[in-house]
Amino acid sequence: MERRDFIKIGSFGLGAVAFSNPIFNYLSNSVVLDGVTQGGGKRIPTYCEVCFWKCAAWTHLNEKGEIWKLTGNDDDPHCNGRLCPRGTGGVGMYYDDDRLKTPLIRHTVNGKQEFQEATWDEAFNFIAKKMKKISDQYGPECIALFSHGSGGKHFGRMLKAFGSTNITAPSYAQCRGPREVGFFATYGEGIGSPERVDIRDTECLVLIGSHIGENMHNGQVQEMSEAIDKGATIITVDPRFSTAASKSKFWLPIKPSTDMALLLSWIHVIINEEWYDKKFVEKYTFGFDELKEHVKSFTPEWAYGITTIKPNIIRKTAKEMANASPSVIIHPGRHVTWYGDDTQRLRAVAILNALLGSWGRRGGFYNPEKKKIAKLDIPKYPTPSKTWRDAFPGKYKLAGLALASGICDATIPAGDRDCSFKAWIVNGTNLISTLPNQANTIKAIQNLDLMVVIDTMPMEITGYADVVLPECTYLERYDNLRVSGHREPTIALRAPAAEPKYDSKPAWWMAKELAQRLDLSDYFPFEKEEDELDWQLKQMGLSLEEMKKIGLKKYAREYDDLYPLENLEDYEFNTNTGKIELYSTAMEDEGYDPLPKYTQHEEPPEGFYRLIYGRAPMHTFSRTANNPNLTDLMDENKVWVNPKVAKEWDLNNNQEIWLENQDGIVTSFPIKVRVTERIRWDSVYMIHGFGHTDKRLTRAYGRGASDAEMITKVHIDPEMGGTGMRGNFVTFLTEAPSKGKS
Amino acid sequence: MIEEIIISGRNNPEIDPTLHIWGWEIPFYLFIGGLVAGILFFSALYTIRDKSSEYPTVVMIAPMFTPFFLGIGLFALFLDLSHKLYFWQLYTNIRWESPMSWGAWTLMVVTPLSIIWSASWVQDVFPNWDWKYNWIKDILTKFIEIRKQVAWLIIFLSIILGMYTGILLSAFNARPFWNTAILGPLFLTSGLSAGAAFIILLSKSKKEKHLFIKIDFMLIITELFLIVHMFMGFLAGTKVHIEAANLFLGGPFTVQFWVFVVGLGLIVPIFLEILELKNKPIPAYLSAILVLYGSIMLRFIVVEAGQASRWLY
Amino acid sequence: MRYAMAIDTKKCVGCSDCVVACQIENHVPTGFCRDWVIEATSGTYPDLSMEFRSERCNHCSNAPCVRCCPTEASHIVEGGIVLVDADQCIGCGACIESCPYDARYIHPEGHVDKCTFCIHRVEKGQNPACVDVCPTTCMYFGDTDDPNSDISKLLKKRKWKTLIPEAGTDPNIYYLI
Ligand SMILES: Nc1nc2c(c(=O)[nH]1)N[C@H]1C(S)=C(S)[C@@H](COP(=O)(O)OP(=O)(O)OC[C@H]3O[C@@H](n4cnc5c(=O)[nH]c(N)nc54)[C@H](O)[C@@H]3O)O[C@H]1N2
Ligand SMILES: Nc1nc2c(c(=O)[nH]1)N[C@H]1C(S)=C(S)[C@@H](COP(=O)(O)OP(=O)(O)OC[C@H]3O[C@@H](n4cnc5c(=O)[nH]c(N)nc54)[C@H](O)[C@@H]3O)O[C@H]1N2
Ligand code: SF4
Ligand code: SF4
Ligand code: SF4
Ligand code: SF4
Ligand code: SF4
Ligand SMILES: [Mo]
Repeated sequence: MERRDFIKIGSFGLGAVAFSNPIFNYLSNSVVLDGVTQGGGKRIPTYCEVCFWKCAAWTHLNEKGEIWKLTGNDDDPHCNGRLCPRGTGGVGMYYDDDRLKTPLIRHTVNGKQEFQEATWDEAFNFIAKKMKKISDQYGPECIALFSHGSGGKHFGRMLKAFGSTNITAPSYAQCRGPREVGFFATYGEGIGSPERVDIRDTECLVLIGSHIGENMHNGQVQEMSEAIDKGATIITVDPRFSTAASKSKFWLPIKPSTDMALLLSWIHVIINEEWYDKKFVEKYTFGFDELKEHVKSFTPEWAYGITTIKPNIIRKTAKEMANASPSVIIHPGRHVTWYGDDTQRLRAVAILNALLGSWGRRGGFYNPEKKKIAKLDIPKYPTPSKTWRDAFPGKYKLAGLALASGICDATIPAGDRDCSFKAWIVNGTNLISTLPNQANTIKAIQNLDLMVVIDTMPMEITGYADVVLPECTYLERYDNLRVSGHREPTIALRAPAAEPKYDSKPAWWMAKELAQRLDLSDYFPFEKEEDELDWQLKQMGLSLEEMKKIGLKKYAREYDDLYPLENLEDYEFNTNTGKIELYSTAMEDEGYDPLPKYTQHEEPPEGFYRLIYGRAPMHTFSRTANNPNLTDLMDENKVWVNPKVAKEWDLNNNQEIWLENQDGIVTSFPIKVRVTERIRWDSVYMIHGFGHTDKRLTRAYGRGASDAEMITKVHIDPEMGGTGMRGNFVTFLTEAPSKGKS
Repeated sequence: MIEEIIISGRNNPEIDPTLHIWGWEIPFYLFIGGLVAGILFFSALYTIRDKSSEYPTVVMIAPMFTPFFLGIGLFALFLDLSHKLYFWQLYTNIRWESPMSWGAWTLMVVTPLSIIWSASWVQDVFPNWDWKYNWIKDILTKFIEIRKQVAWLIIFLSIILGMYTGILLSAFNARPFWNTAILGPLFLTSGLSAGAAFIILLSKSKKEKHLFIKIDFMLIITELFLIVHMFMGFLAGTKVHIEAANLFLGGPFTVQFWVFVVGLGLIVPIFLEILELKNKPIPAYLSAILVLYGSIMLRFIVVEAGQASRWLY
Repeated sequence: MRYAMAIDTKKCVGCSDCVVACQIENHVPTGFCRDWVIEATSGTYPDLSMEFRSERCNHCSNAPCVRCCPTEASHIVEGGIVLVDADQCIGCGACIESCPYDARYIHPEGHVDKCTFCIHRVEKGQNPACVDVCPTTCMYFGDTDDPNSDISKLLKKRKWKTLIPEAGTDPNIYYLI
């Protein structure tokens, strides 16, 4: 197997240069229209793809008919007419002149690998041929799809038709998987997206890590602001003085990795002081006595020793929650793959909410409703003979979805496994900076017979592909209807506001074209995506034409059960016992702890600091790092260092340093120091998504450093395979490390 | 610890005035303004006192440079403008509240005056000069008749011009270091001193030189007094003014100011001038050059420092 | 009429949406901005407090930038909005030096530019772009001369401050604290 070199710009095909017209750079923002700033008035509906909150929006054109600006759709409960900064800056994705412009195929010329521009036909034929070969040799199941974003649906249909169900997104095992599993084990239901939290009406919001305000998931930020207006109490648990912490009545500056102790001790206090919702607990829960017994010793004094949070504060905050009960939310968070015992930590969060009676109650957790869309008339998918699970016998038994990290691991041949993955189709996920342990990801990629990457930008992952397919941005294409659950069901349309730039194409077209070459055309019965949409909408008494005018359709709830437990109505939960399982029988059955336990996590060695990371409100992971509008707001990340630590190391603001982790890995680029009281002395903090290594990203290349590079140690969640990423420690190098690698 | 940072926007050098909205052009323009004011002031003064034959350099020769200096100064101002094609807009408005405006207008008046003033002395300095056109001769003849009255006007205008170079800055409330009434008199004094130094450089007469060394000596003493006074004023002021003064008292401008402006530009010339007055064999141009150097440095540093000084909030 | 803005620092999360929305709405060239966001933290870990402020031209009632402008390019219009007429501006920089808030910048085309309170929108009865986009709805725009306007009521009800009142500019952006 030939080694797959990371292809750098030097070996990029010639023709691409012709496309990089500097005009586009200028256009990106400086269309100065003599003070005339109101466009031609034309607006086309879309929903935002800068993150996965999917706000319904309008693309406004200027009088020249060019894309000018984006605004929120007033009727959309995800955004209420207001996009977040990333959504507002979404125009930059369209105008970014570093975009992928044509299909590329890897070739070896004189022993050197390079990308050559290809026609779409060449690219599809190449892929189809390889896919068939792999299928013949190993079975179609050896092909996996990694996808984050809208295109996943289209490629997913193609792949399922081809015979593989190995479809995965990093938003599970690297993100909210443990939360879904922890809540499912407790309530028989997960949290979903947008989160079913009734922040708008809550009296007490408890944020554990969850850094809303920096985590810019729009609706939640808006509702938190509304809650502040209404005088809700906010309690924030974070080792860092987050934005949310600064809005909180109580900020608990916890020692990182010890949240479980705090949660158990809150449960202890609430049970011991009998502050729990007795009627609710009695009526709906299972295993209260076992829980009570289990937490007997978890006193605030015990937790103090672990968390550094004072016992009286633990009691006070528990009382505060109890006072607000049931209008209280212990927020389940979203990115929860922290320390490897995350499912259990989220179980503790679920239990605490149950004790306070907030599930299914106003100001707690509401019951979302979703609109049903007509199913397409397509043949049944073939049943695959194996799935990714076969690679992990007896492991991660509670995983509800495929694990991106799992498929990656199962691509590296292992003695005890008879078959490994042979091909990856990667759509809209930059696995190099998304999955922990980069060396492992690259090793997996080296073992592939085929890697196809569909992206809009020349992100790191494209450098490893055999074929790169340039997708047009969300402003230039149709996609499936957005159907998401909320207080009221809505559907939203994405329609193109411009022709695809360069030679880029929408994912649905690529999937259909590929399917055709794989003799699977039956699965794509419509000529064009808009025909399919029109058909679907017509089944609902709407039409594409009408949807283009309104963008979003809001429906009244079909069932009057927004708060199904508000008045202690009878209810059967989707668990073994039909009750909220404080004591999880499902966990027990699979051999996991039925009640959450505290485990001590490794601490940073002398001279090292725990690396924690998070979001900046104006960026989404790595996908916005080259966006001209958003880099204008923030063009690099910095490493946050407590002044005490800075003094000890003699570090100054804006000094450039390198980070080295416990395994001797050094950041590719230097990062500037930010000396700030906002971070604990035992940790450092950085924003995820910077330190890009691909030179084709002219604005992002070498700006800041990558947290992902430093995450080489992974703590796997035994229940569901989530990748705990906060058990890594870094130290500072003030001088440029001698480069061993290129 | 207080940490106040700009988290987005304004992180560009183009928008922060601390990062040079005004480069070399404005301080240079101010220096030229002061120098011209000084030269014209002395020329007019000694014209009124009928000293044209006793002090020919002062009265007749030095002013002949002023039209060229003004040209250079105005060109520097022009270079500073970022919307140059709209330059003429300066002269379609009279804005008394705007020092920039009345400065421009003062120059508008001073420049032709300096030309005609210089021209009126041409025949005295170059007896063989022929103006060629009779209308020029006629105008000059008429002008010479009222020269003394015009001299009073020039004295008035040169004081305005000299003061203006300081007031342009001190009108900016927003920059605490400029926000002192002393800047006007200080720049006027410095301008007169620069004028005197220029005359010393030019003059061939010992008597003239000695007179202006004496005058310059007094002016430098006055300047030092004003500088001390200015800092005392700052230190007795609000927190932002103290902060502004601290730019010079231990801050980034300390060495530049105290060593180059005050040391080389004022104190050293004082000693040199004392020696010169005592007829020690010191070339007079040495102190004069230092004074001119100090005068130009003063403007550069004050303009720089003012842009760096700001309200804290 | 006296247009003003009130910004609730208790709700602002410093997301900078107001900045990017302004840039796009007003075609502010990349690398420049009419508004910006300040994060101010004080105290020592863990006794900390923090304030976010979205800042822009204060449309001062006593505007030094207008006074010092030699060409009348900087001027005040109905409602107290301070504007710059690009065709009258010579780019002398005096107004930039005169503004204690550093609210102005030189546009790459040479003239000075700054926040206009989105007069082109306000004239149509819309809110300024920054106000309209703010996800936390922490910005309020209105007429402080009208005692019944939302903003007047808010200023009566809440504690507020203005920036550098001691500079004597009489600013019209209020920060609710
Ligand atoms: N602007 C913006 N918003 C986003 C995204 C984005 O890319 N950009 N991404 C979206 C996505 S997909 C997700 S999953 C969410 C993620 O957003 P969240 O679910 O809010 O993610 P967290 O990991 O909880 O947040 C990081 C916070 O955890 C704190 N932290 C670190 N270690 C610990 C610890 O041991 N204990 C506690 N209590 N806190 C700790 C950090 O200091 C930081 O404040 O954000 C979403 N919103
Ligand atoms: N170190 C570290 N790792 C993390 C996290 C972290 O905080 N730190 N967060 C984790 C979390 S919570 C999540 S959800 C994941 C997110 O992981 P990813 O979804 O992989 O995040 P991005 O890095 O934004 O990668 C998105 C890719 O999609 C491309 N893209 C953007 N728009 C389009 C489009 O319209 N079409 C196509 N085809 N491609 C497009 C972008 O160019 C980019 O390459 O990362 C996880 N991994
Ligand atoms: S939250 Fe922001 S980035 Fe995410 S979909 Fe909404 S507007 Fe777009
Ligand atoms: S948009 Fe609103 S919340 Fe965001 S920084 Fe601006 S004022 Fe603050
Ligand atoms: S803030 Fe500055 S630019 Fe705006 S009116 Fe006041 S002084 Fe003028
Ligand atoms: S730069 Fe323009 S607006 Fe500013 S003072 Fe000069 S002419 Fe007036
Ligand atoms: S009011 Fe308009 S011009 Fe002023 S900052 Fe807001 S968006 Fe920009
Ligand atoms: Mo995520």
